[in-house]
Amino acid sequence: MGTGRLYAAVAAGGFRRYATYRVATAAGVFTNTVFGFILAYTYMALWHEKPHLGGYDQAQALTYVWVGQAMFAVMVLGSAGFEEELIERIRTGDIAVDLYRPVDLQLWWLAADLGRALFQLLGRGVVPMMCGALFFDLALPSGPLPWLACLVAVALGAVVSFAIRYIVALWAFWLLDGAGAMQITWLTGVFFSGMLLPLNVFPGALGELARALPWSALLQAPADVLLGEADPWGTYAFQLAWAAVLLAVGRLIQSAATRKVVVQGG
Amino acid sequence: MADLDERADGRPVAPVREAGTEDPFGEYGTYRRVRDGLRAYRMIAAMWIRSTMAYRASFAMTTFGNFAATSFDFVAILLMFSQVDELGGFSLPEIALLYGTSAVAFGLADLMIGSMDRLGRRVRDGTLDTLLVRPVPVLAQVAADKFALRRLGRVTQGLFVLGYALTTLDIAWTPAKVLMIPLMVGSGGLIFAAVFVGGAAFQFVAQDASEVQNAFTYGGATLLQYPPALFAKDLLRGVTFVLPLAFVNWVPGLYVLGRPYPLDLPSWLAFAPPLVGVACCALAGVAWRAGLRSYRSTGS
Repeated sequence: MGTGRLYAAVAAGGFRRYATYRVATAAGVFTNTVFGFILAYTYMALWHEKPHLGGYDQAQALTYVWVGQAMFAVMVLGSAGFEEELIERIRTGDIAVDLYRPVDLQLWWLAADLGRALFQLLGRGVVPMMCGALFFDLALPSGPLPWLACLVAVALGAVVSFAIRYIVALWAFWLLDGAGAMQITWLTGVFFSGMLLPLNVFPGALGELARALPWSALLQAPADVLLGEADPWGTYAFQLAWAAVLLAVGRLIQSAATRKVVVQGG
Repeated sequence: MADLDERADGRPVAPVREAGTEDPFGEYGTYRRVRDGLRAYRMIAAMWIRSTMAYRASFAMTTFGNFAATSFDFVAILLMFSQVDELGGFSLPEIALLYGTSAVAFGLADLMIGSMDRLGRRVRDGTLDTLLVRPVPVLAQVAADKFALRRLGRVTQGLFVLGYALTTLDIAWTPAKVLMIPLMVGSGGLIFAAVFVGGAAFQFVAQDASEVQNAFTYGGATLLQYPPALFAKDLLRGVTFVLPLAFVNWVPGLYVLGRPYPLDLPSWLAFAPPLVGVACCALAGVAWRAGLRSYRSTGS
């Protein structure tokens, strides 16, 4: 089996695995829609008070809300994805088996996570977005081109999201218990991705910092590409740079960690 | 039903079984069931606290994490107010009052029975059966399961915001308004607790739909952090008359702030939260029993 086909199969497995939980997906859609409504009303009040806040008009701000709800599960901004399982395998020692497999550990998990992300985009992204478009005046692009450009940004964002969580999971080699590290990642992720408030509304230096950090690749970047507020090529370059850096760091930590592995028993 | 009574020296007391002699509500009456349930709840919760305290540093970190995590909601509101002076006609201290009461009420319910959202998982993997054969009310066992004292972090954060609101707000305090603050927090906790129990009852039917519960618990707590005037009338009617979350803090809170409620409710309804809370808990109890009766084990 060729390497490409192998990872495609792993990704398909990740997709199918999440596609099994239909009731859970429907429940997630419901929750994202409810939160979308709450956020949409608060944003309407905020943009009523100060039109063109952060360079968005009200329709753009509302669109941002629903893009955020669509990205919530795709970018794993609030619950755990594969990292919970990887940490568990590190803690129990099953990771030793994985390391003997003739596949690359990082690429394996990346493929599985991208399969999951694709399912979440279709399963939990499309319906809340349509609900939002039905009940609110959104600034959605009419032609297919901005949508395609946004999809590319979503894909790159998913890689950055994976790269961050992979680094976090590997800390379990030293910490053994990943709960604290996961909690901190989750916190920073929600705040610095722009899930609570668009990053261009953050004041001054905090805003500049937030927009430079990798989490802005997860939600702010795809949203701005869809809204036509950011140049797609510049956005892709930003996302690719962070993806490359974080994947490389993950690889370094991985090699340091695997040198540390001691296989017990035998 | 075994008795959990213990003597001071720790040896169990033989259960008293003379029907209706001392207990005015009958041997298996509601009073006795509630008392047994509460005692079981206390013991299970105490066990989880002891097990948590085995790792004190970890407990301190996760409690702080819980505090910080819940603080980000309020940081978002602060960021909004760095750009505007009021939101929906409300100033920052006024919103802080709504936020603080909602956060503390929800935090208390989350601390007490927040683990109930694990019920769906227990139904799926069959571990609920273990709880059914124990001589202790199932609700008490599920509610105290994995009791997480670290959730005090959320309560503390809410208390800080509430403290900020109460010290900065310019209110003509009357005894009724002063009394209203603890009343809101206590009754609000009851209302949220009822939502948790009702959500768990729903999970007997829809086993992997715990996220639906999140929409009403976390979603409800978020909704109540903002002034009601922001939201559409239909949404307000829904959370006033159908799922009465508005009685957690909107209706009594607007009375404290001296503002009318957007749905033209009579002002005496501001004193209704305790009644609403008890009624919600009774309804949730009925739903729980119905759910438990409908439970069929996984059978694998």
